[in-house]
Amino acid sequence: MSTDQVRVVVTGLGATTPLGGDVASTWSALLAGRSGVRTLTEDWVDSVPVKFAAVAAVDPTEVLPRPEARRLDRAEQLALVAAREAWAHAGIEKVDPERLGVVVGSGIGGITTILSAYDTFKEKGWQRLSPFTVPMLMPNGPAGWIGIEIGARAGVHATVSACATGAESIGYAIEMIRSGRADVVVAGGTEAAIHPLNIGSFAAMRAMSTRNDDPQGASRPWDKGRDGFVLGEGAGIVVLESEEHARARGATIYAVAAGVGYSADAHHIAQPEPTGAGVMLAMRRALANAGLTGEDVKHVNAHATSTPAGDVVETVAIKEVIGGHPLVTATKSMTGHLLGGAGGIESVFTVLALHERTAPGTINVDDLDDGIEVDLVLGAPRELPGGRIAAINNSFGFGGHDVAVAFTTV
Amino acid sequence: MAMTEQEILAGIGKIINEITGIPAAEVTPEKSFVDDLDIDSLSMVEIAVAAQDEFGVEIPDDQLKNLKTVKDVIAFIQG
Repeated sequence: MSTDQVRVVVTGLGATTPLGGDVASTWSALLAGRSGVRTLTEDWVDSVPVKFAAVAAVDPTEVLPRPEARRLDRAEQLALVAAREAWAHAGIEKVDPERLGVVVGSGIGGITTILSAYDTFKEKGWQRLSPFTVPMLMPNGPAGWIGIEIGARAGVHATVSACATGAESIGYAIEMIRSGRADVVVAGGTEAAIHPLNIGSFAAMRAMSTRNDDPQGASRPWDKGRDGFVLGEGAGIVVLESEEHARARGATIYAVAAGVGYSADAHHIAQPEPTGAGVMLAMRRALANAGLTGEDVKHVNAHATSTPAGDVVETVAIKEVIGGHPLVTATKSMTGHLLGGAGGIESVFTVLALHERTAPGTINVDDLDDGIEVDLVLGAPRELPGGRIAAINNSFGFGGHDVAVAFTTV
Repeated sequence: MAMTEQEILAGIGKIINEITGIPAAEVTPEKSFVDDLDIDSLSMVEIAVAAQDEFGVEIPDDQLKNLKTVKDVIAFIQG
């Protein structure tokens, strides 16, 4: 576990998810094995074949002041709530603004703003559009607002790689610090896409579970009966910092953000490559980038979305690159799939798993699929071993993006 | 039926509070939108649109930039 690069550490965590409005409530619900999925009651639900989703447990408009909330898209609201928690958690009192950055993306951007603004435009004309329509719909909006709030001038970026976005953002932030461009970077992902057009469109791909009679059992990664992902919303944000900067201010360090591996499938715009070659390459690169061996990795927060095609091949890739020994978990079984927010919250979970030496479980696996040869955490959480250990968060996205982020204990 | 200055002021205070969070009581006639109330140009557009809905008076863009204070808006609405 050695590398001569600048060490990047995690000093702050923030999240607002279908399981809770902050990190503590989300994590305790996750360890308790609770599902954040619920039946939708909106009028439009009759127009789509999927009648449930993992809605944010705490509505961001209840947390944010009304004048602020009305000029933010919901994805921006969720990102700001999580970023404020992470920033407060890190407790940074003083940082050179030119050494402070933001990398926060979303998969789709301000989609609900786009659609409601178009309704306003058609019904009432352009004069009635909010002057904040553009900053609400642009996918870099969440990053921009967070950057303004904390005064980040080293660079504010928004990566976009569908469901790999949150992990890619964290990887980019690690590289920003390593390359010497920043000392502190706020990074993660956000998404707010629970809208009938999105549900209809994902359903048109046959990508979503339609288990309407059992919403809380619908997200069931690795179970033979899985029939698609469950749409979720929320945001997960981490504060990354050079170890030198963190030590100098006496910060609490929760984990080391040890490295990142990227690859691309170059195969199909939406289907996973069937041999897992791209996923293997991303994990191999993450290990190399972090100076780790497969033996060091004791836990993997898998991408595992509960779609028939992707779940098993990811475990094959884990076995090939890391081995059969790590405790592999699919937290999407409880949170649903937050798309661009997934890599954000799952990196938060991976950091907490290392910090608390506890791998969260996977719910709803009643009939394990064939061909899985890794140690899955099914049901209750399991303890991780002592000593210096590593964990990986995998995130993959439509477009063929594969990202693996490696963390280690301090 | 013409509204009184007080009624218009109350209406403007309510709109500004809704859009910016500034307490309606702070919205007094002599206040400048930019210098005193710290309202940016995008929020001014929101306020103008809401005022048009509330008072039924169209505020053209070239007039809006001349409305510097709360008093200016009251005078414009009163015609």
